[in-house]
Formats: sequence, C-alpha cells, structure tokens
Amino acid sequence: MIVANRKSLEEILEMIRPYKKILLLGCNECVTVCAVGGQREVGVLASELRLSRAKDGDEVEIKEHTLERQCDYEYLDQIRPFAGDYEVLLSMACGAGVQYVAENYRTKLVLPAVNTTFLGVTLEQGVWSERCQGCGSCILDKTGGICPIARCAKSLLNGPCGGSSEGKCEVDKEIDCGWQLIIDRLKELGQMDRYEEIIPVKDWTTARDGGPRKRVREDLRL
Amino acid sequence: MRLNYPSNVKIVKVPCTGRVDILMILRAFESGVDGVFLAGCLEGECHFLKGNLRAKKRVQYVKELLDESGIDGSRLDMYNMSAAAGQRFAEVAREMTQRVRSLGPSPVRKKR
Repeated sequence: MIVANRKSLEEILEMIRPYKKILLLGCNECVTVCAVGGQREVGVLASELRLSRAKDGDEVEIKEHTLERQCDYEYLDQIRPFAGDYEVLLSMACGAGVQYVAENYRTKLVLPAVNTTFLGVTLEQGVWSERCQGCGSCILDKTGGICPIARCAKSLLNGPCGGSSEGKCEVDKEIDCGWQLIIDRLKELGQMDRYEEIIPVKDWTTARDGGPRKRVREDLRL
Repeated sequence: MRLNYPSNVKIVKVPCTGRVDILMILRAFESGVDGVFLAGCLEGECHFLKGNLRAKKRVQYVKELLDESGIDGSRLDMYNMSAAAGQRFAEVAREMTQRVRSLGPSPVRKKR
C-alpha cells in the first residue's frame, strides 16, 4: 500500500489561513489502512482545525467527505454536486489522489494534508515499513524476495557495502542491512549460489529516470 | 457515602474506557467543555484485559493533538480507580476541576 504521514497542523493551518469554507476529502484506500487519511482521520483533522480556528476567533466551515478512492474519476465525480460550494479542497489522499482531484476540478485550489512517503507493508498495528520503490524492473527472483533497491540505503545490486555492521546499516542502527537480510534469506532457501552471481548495472529507464510512466492496455480501453 | 464532588462535572457513561474514541474527546472540546477526564479501572484489572491501557495511549495522543491545536493538553487527563473507590472519584473530580479552573475557560468557548 501507499504509506503517508500527516502534515503538521501548523503547516495545514498556514495553507488554509485565508479560507472559511473547506471541503476536507478522505480516501478509503491506502491512506485509510495506514491510518492517515481515512474517514476517522478526516474527523480528527476537521476537529483539530475547527478547535484551532475557533480559539483564534476565526471560525471555519469544514465539510468532511471520504471517497472510495481519489485516484479514479468515477469516485471523484461524486463530489461534483457540492464541490463548488467550497473555497478550497483539502485532500488527505496520497500525492496521486491530490493531483487527480486537482486535474478534475481545475477551477478549485486543491491542497495536500499528508506527505506521501513510501510503498510498504503493515509490520504490526500502527507500524509500517518500506518495501518497494516502483523501479519498474523487479529483481526479487535474484535476491531471495528481498529488494535491494528499497531495503539497502544505497540501493546496491551487489552488496553489502562496508557500512554493514552486525546486520545493521550505517545510516541508522535501527535499520536492517538489506543485503544481510538477502544473504540470510538465500541461506535459508539454500540458494547461496545466487549470491555469487554478479547482478549487472540496472537499466533505470524503467524507473523515474525514464520520465513519468504510463501503462496502457489496449484491450481494456473503451 | 454522601460524598460531594463539583456539580460542573458531567458524567458520560461508557462500558469501558477502551470504548472512548479520540474523536469523542475532540468533539467534547469542540462543544466547548473546559476539560475532560477519563476514570478508568486500575491498570491490570480491566475486565476486557487492555481497555484502560488503550485509553491511556489515546489520552496521551489527544493531549498532543490539543497542544498542537493551541488548547492546553493538560485540560485532558486519565485517572485509574476501582468501581468501589467513590472517595477517590470525588477527590479526582475536585482535583481536575481545580486544575481546569486555574487554566480558565476553554479558549474555544471564549471566542464564541
């Protein structure tokens, strides 16, 4: 899922300072699962904003609305009947959601309430961890199912580097060395021979280096 | 026991402090109350095992949200007492009322 972090209240308050009527949009997908932009978080942020503005004697009207998704036009269209009643749209979705709202409501100012952070997993309730960087050419078959691009601070294809110490990364003692994880896993799988293979230089054109990416499936198009 | 506690304390009954959601507390402050306290069972004695421990974490979180919003987080607190501790409840009600009184009215209500 896409994992995000809420922006600080201070930053959000500054963004919405000139506005009195705000449509606060949540998203029922990834940001709900990582507890940052779902219906509950929309309620909490709306409450915080109302409290904060009421304290300063500058009351604000906030409509709370959570869409099934903000990255699909069909759902975005559902706010069309009332979006015009608000001065600004404050989105709690990931960066994709915020941009798609902006693309579909061209005359409206759309503001982000979260910082989109990474593609990851839920380690336990309340703890999320990065797993993928969307590089566009997966090599998990070669590395025991552990991604050196996302899990190694240097994204080394043939690691570990000299900064690996007792299974931890030199960047932070809390971070596991991605390559130590790969080696441990390859040992468990009895595939240490794979570790001997040198992975050639990666073609990064499939990643962001090739510019913004797009996927088309002609058979699905209407 | 004929114990007295300040009449400004209004009680909201919940089956367990674990039922108290962060939004419930925030909405109370939005409605203009000056302070909120949760009276939960003693730690380790929750009928539902962890209800009061969860409430404790949520209270801590909402305190941060209140501080962030410019409403003093010390307007909110949690106390633990058994159902038989009427004396303690009255004491806590007085203590919390005193604390809130010294902080003054909620800044949210003042401007309304």
